[in-house]
Amino acid sequence: MSAHADTHTHDDHGHHHKETFVTKYIFSQDHKMIAKQYLITGVLIMGIIGILMSLMMRLQIAWPEQPNVVFEALLGKWAPDGVMDADIYLALVTIHGTLMVFFVLTAGLSGTFSNLLIPLQIGARDMASGFLNMISYWLFFLSCVIMILSFFVEFGPAAAGWTIYPPLSALPMAQGGSGMGMTLWLVSMAIFIASSLLGSLNYIVTVINLRTKGMSMTRLPLTIWAFFVTAIIGVISFPVLLSAALLLIMDRSFGTSFFLSDIFIQGEVLHYQGGSPVLFEHLFWFLGHPEVYIVLLPALGITSEIIATNSRKPIFGYRAMVMSILAIAFLSTIVWGHHMFISGMNPFLGSVFTFTTLLIAIPSAVKAFNYITTLWKGNLQMNPAMLFSIGLVSTFITGGLTGIILGDSALDINVHDTYFVVAHFHLVMGISALYGVFAGIYHWFPKMFGRMMNKNLGYLHFWITAISAYGVFFPMHFIGMAGLPRRYYTNSNFPLFDDVANANVIITIFALIGGTVQLVFLYNFLSSIFFGKKAVQNPWKSNTLEWTTPVEHLHGNWPGEIPHVHRWAYDYSKPGHDEDFVPQNIPLKDGEEELQH
Amino acid sequence: MTAFLTLIIVLFIAVAIWQMVKIFDLAQVGSDSNDQVATDKDNKLNGYLMMGFLVFIYAITIASFWYLGDLPLMSNSASEHGPQIDNLMIISMVVIFIVQTFTQFLLHYFAYKYKGEKGRKALFYADNNTLEAIWTFIPVVVLAGLIIYGLFTWTSIMNIDESEDPMVIELYAQQFNWKARYAGEDNTLGMANVRLIDIDRANILGVDESDPYAQDDIITTELHLPVGKPILFKMRSQDVLHSAYMPHFRAQMNCVPGMITQFGFTPTVTTADMRQNPDIVEKVSNINALRLERKEEIEAKGQELLYEFDYLLLCNKICGKSHYNMQMKIIVETQEEYDAWISEQKTFKNSLIVAEEKMDDIITVDDESIQNENEEAREELIVN
Ligand code: HEM
Ligand SMILES: [Cu+2]
Ligand SMILES: [Cu+2]
Repeated sequence: MSAHADTHTHDDHGHHHKETFVTKYIFSQDHKMIAKQYLITGVLIMGIIGILMSLMMRLQIAWPEQPNVVFEALLGKWAPDGVMDADIYLALVTIHGTLMVFFVLTAGLSGTFSNLLIPLQIGARDMASGFLNMISYWLFFLSCVIMILSFFVEFGPAAAGWTIYPPLSALPMAQGGSGMGMTLWLVSMAIFIASSLLGSLNYIVTVINLRTKGMSMTRLPLTIWAFFVTAIIGVISFPVLLSAALLLIMDRSFGTSFFLSDIFIQGEVLHYQGGSPVLFEHLFWFLGHPEVYIVLLPALGITSEIIATNSRKPIFGYRAMVMSILAIAFLSTIVWGHHMFISGMNPFLGSVFTFTTLLIAIPSAVKAFNYITTLWKGNLQMNPAMLFSIGLVSTFITGGLTGIILGDSALDINVHDTYFVVAHFHLVMGISALYGVFAGIYHWFPKMFGRMMNKNLGYLHFWITAISAYGVFFPMHFIGMAGLPRRYYTNSNFPLFDDVANANVIITIFALIGGTVQLVFLYNFLSSIFFGKKAVQNPWKSNTLEWTTPVEHLHGNWPGEIPHVHRWAYDYSKPGHDEDFVPQNIPLKDGEEELQH
Repeated sequence: MTAFLTLIIVLFIAVAIWQMVKIFDLAQVGSDSNDQVATDKDNKLNGYLMMGFLVFIYAITIASFWYLGDLPLMSNSASEHGPQIDNLMIISMVVIFIVQTFTQFLLHYFAYKYKGEKGRKALFYADNNTLEAIWTFIPVVVLAGLIIYGLFTWTSIMNIDESEDPMVIELYAQQFNWKARYAGEDNTLGMANVRLIDIDRANILGVDESDPYAQDDIITTELHLPVGKPILFKMRSQDVLHSAYMPHFRAQMNCVPGMITQFGFTPTVTTADMRQNPDIVEKVSNINALRLERKEEIEAKGQELLYEFDYLLLCNKICGKSHYNMQMKIIVETQEEYDAWISEQKTFKNSLIVAEEKMDDIITVDDESIQNENEEAREELIVN
């Protein structure tokens, strides 16, 4: 079914238009270049900004309301005399959350690795539409610029939390950030969603139509399965957020009452009547929960590939892995209500959502056990990418387990919106997905830049990051179990919480260490682009097709014909072969059986 | 001072890292081209580090329990349904704890045990339906148990038993404080809507003055509850979302403008008794020891130096600038104490200001201070 990918060979694709600097590096339609653009903009630049914000929040939490040169330098007028303002704390919370979830781990992660790997691993010359792909990146770029610009408007950026629940987000009199800042947030996110939809549609169409001969769906590497299903979830759920954003814009600017009713603020009654904030919560979380998996599934896909390659073993339970990706995707669209147990929605609905939520733990558990079994009796190559993948499994388990508490409506009554939640989602979604990104970068750096990253710096980066991630987020569960609410500018008005103040200082120290060690990564990344050791064609001895392309990038990926595929991606250490890997394009030997999966 | 300290720490870390970078860079010189792939030596080192990391995970778990393990959300609940939630919480925690300890062990131990060696071949082992069935089935059973237990608990908490004739109290949220409205003798709250708010007449909750049920309502800024009496809270908000969080009672419900939400519980321990509870006594003395260390700072802020235990109602939904300081004291007391207190409070009818009356009513004063607060907030915005 996918043979036609071969009909347009490299010659009629690559040579008949001359590439200028602009078409090659800026308005590029080549998926490999677009992947790098996403990597630099989404992961690196937005990631650095997001981390800086989190460190500033941590400084404020550990030493509340004390002057700090960092604040003075970075926040300017919002830190008079170097003391952080309460409004800007909420703005930092909001923009940190937004950047991390959407810009770094949705656009950055999928944009980089789906773009890079989908064509290379399925055996295609490029994405189905290079042009849409380019538009998608530039829309993303525009949304980044607008989001950052919101720091320079008079009353500061949006500050209603990344969930922007109205009425707080709808009424400029409720909060400074709900004026121009929120307008920019909404515009930026609307553009972001357009970009994400274009990207996702492209990924879906490419996977369905452009697989090379022999690349049946059951031979797809798990990376591609994950990217493919992620794109489908995105297409299903992002439009709902877009509609919520548009309705909110209407409420804000055109006087409608979708989400607002009976409001008295700053001495006056507003005209809104009949709307409900709870409706917004439903719309938001209809995206919001699947979003967690949009962030996580690509990271799990990357991990599957890297763990199999570096264990020199087939991924254990390929079919179960695919099934659990599909099950997670399906279930993720019917669990959103677990964010709303105490929103005032009917308690019976709460029961339903508890049920669906705890169901989703099952495919997640299957995945975790399958990873562990893949390691069993392997021959583990401890490359930095492998370390980050193992680290991902570890944080995925630690963070995922507390989901059992949060998903249980009766227990959520008490821990909802406390630091217990902050600890939970950072581990299971934030840190896990971030490890996925790092693993992916270390693993595919040679493919992207033709050079190797320094492994020793990679080890240093991993171990310090791993220790600080647990150091930050593990004790945080306990602070949550003391009942400390999140999004508090300072806890000093509650002597009740004085006994966790020291723990907060320790957490901040871990956060500073963890933040600083990312500089090692940055140095390694940037210097390796220019001075790294030249990469060989298949440095990790991997089976997938991207390693059959030459080290130098070609427009169209393969110089000659696209290789055909004869086996699945996981024939590692297969008995009867001399090498411990058999790439997908090697035909079966006489009498060799393909594994029935 | 803190700023300086932070700067020093950051600088120190940066320098340390820089030096390590240099050392690692030097160690690199003169190796061949595929040398950035892990060698047996790397595998060995990182394998050991994996075991080290396992120890670290266990250690941080133990340390967290040791220093932060009094877990106020799991012990000494002060409501009738509290122990149900606490039991479920303890059971879930134990399950989690076991699974965590076990799976982290397997993960890190395998990573150590099967660290790569040149020439060894991994086991080609791609599938095993029995195994997979086992680890689908075990979570199913465990989760089914938790779901069933959880749903029973949830239903029994959320379904309010009207036949018990609970006392009705409204919790009213506004940026950034709480009010309580007691239903009075008739135990029925008068109708209310923010459109009826009339600041000049001190009708700050928008209670319908013509509603006969409203006349005996009582509006207060402190929440007093008689011990052992079922309470039904009706929540309202006048501006943005807030959340009425009463952690000691294992109670929380959002306050939503345009809608009335509800939550019911029965307080079981008076404030006075709770202050005698040995766990609480210990906690309070810990806190006070810490507060004495920070004496100057606290007094400079104008706070009470010594802490005394009180139940609290906190706002737990981001609601604007002073979200972090939106609280109300809750006092659980005996029926007699409660009766004495409530009889001193003004009823709604008597709290209203007739046009010529002077502005000396306690609630008006309070309300003015709110106005001032808002005014201040606004001014600050403009200054910014
Ligand atoms: C360097 C590591 C990080 C640190 C130290 C950190 C720290 C923080 C802090 C202090 C908060 C505020 C908590 C509150 O008051 O509610 C926060 C919120 C948040 N963080 Fe992070 N974070 C880190 C990484 C990440 C990553 C990788 C993600 C990606 C998912 C992420 C996503 C979020 C989200 C979604 C919020 C909630 C924002 C909101 O409440 O609206 N963070 N983080
Ligand atoms: Cu969710
Ligand atoms: Cu509030």
